[in-house]
Amino acid sequence: MEGTTVLGRLSWQVAEVVDIVDETPRVKTIAFDVRGWHGHRAGQHVDVRLTAADGYQAQRSYSIASPPDGTSVELTVERLDDGEVSPYLTDELRPGDQIELRGPIGGYFVWEPSQGGPLLLVAGGSGVAPLMAMLRLRAGAGSNADARLLFSSRSWEDVIYRDELERLEGDGLRIVHTLTRSQPDGWTGYARRVDADMLAEVGPGPAERPRVYVCGPTLFVEAVAEALVQLGHDPQTVRTERFGPTGG
Amino acid sequence: MDALMLDGNAIAGMLQEVFAVEMTMAMGTCGNCGAAEPMGATHVFKGAGVVMRCPHCDTVLAKVVRSDTRLWLSFPGMRALEVSP
Repeated sequence: MEGTTVLGRLSWQVAEVVDIVDETPRVKTIAFDVRGWHGHRAGQHVDVRLTAADGYQAQRSYSIASPPDGTSVELTVERLDDGEVSPYLTDELRPGDQIELRGPIGGYFVWEPSQGGPLLLVAGGSGVAPLMAMLRLRAGAGSNADARLLFSSRSWEDVIYRDELERLEGDGLRIVHTLTRSQPDGWTGYARRVDADMLAEVGPGPAERPRVYVCGPTLFVEAVAEALVQLGHDPQTVRTERFGPTGG
Repeated sequence: MDALMLDGNAIAGMLQEVFAVEMTMAMGTCGNCGAAEPMGATHVFKGAGVVMRCPHCDTVLAKVVRSDTRLWLSFPGMRALEVSP
């Protein structure tokens, strides 16, 4: 018992930037090397802490987008123009820079391959990050569990992980995009906010008792969770992660 | 509907700081409606402090207020909290 309690303790660790990838015009993925990282579970997050020269500190939570292997911790960060932390992370950080983080944190919004499917993942914008960790883990573990990702983005240019999602599709995984603000010429997919009809079409339905994970801005998650319950999904099977008014 | 509302997951780090174990799967029982839910499923509001509400009946389950050196916890509406150490 003593051992598990010690494992539960959280301490701030130094994380060094090893790579930065542009995902979309407003979103970057930052890969950190964290010494002594003991691994994580798909869906967990970290707390990031920045300290100014005068000692002022700002703290935010970011989902881990990388699958649970090795020492790399990847965070996908959306730049919020009036944000206190995200503009620093997306604009200022360079490989070799160090920040502080603690984690991995959480056990509620987590998926393990042994839990199987069917899986229904619903993402709004950068809310796709923890769901991507699940999909990467699923692919890495060779799981062919029925999985669907319904991914709401503003436009095609705003679709995070677009190419990788295309590569991951198949083997029981279906990806469905909805583009809420603008669509490329000839777009035949969804072009509206996620609603009950869309969720019913993407499935799996309540009878199949899918494990449902919903992540995005609070109002997005609220609307999706409400529609899921309206369709007859058991609220106990729906796990949500809301990240506030704007998110990221 | 409140655009600022978060989930219990959003304060998982702070809860783990206090209890020294992962807390989002700890089961809290509402003192008003009796529903038992993982702490990760509670509704969280952040202001000067943190307020956790029952997702079923909105009762205030717990409040956390912190300063630089201290932390005040109160459980006005939680009947039980079941933790797996």
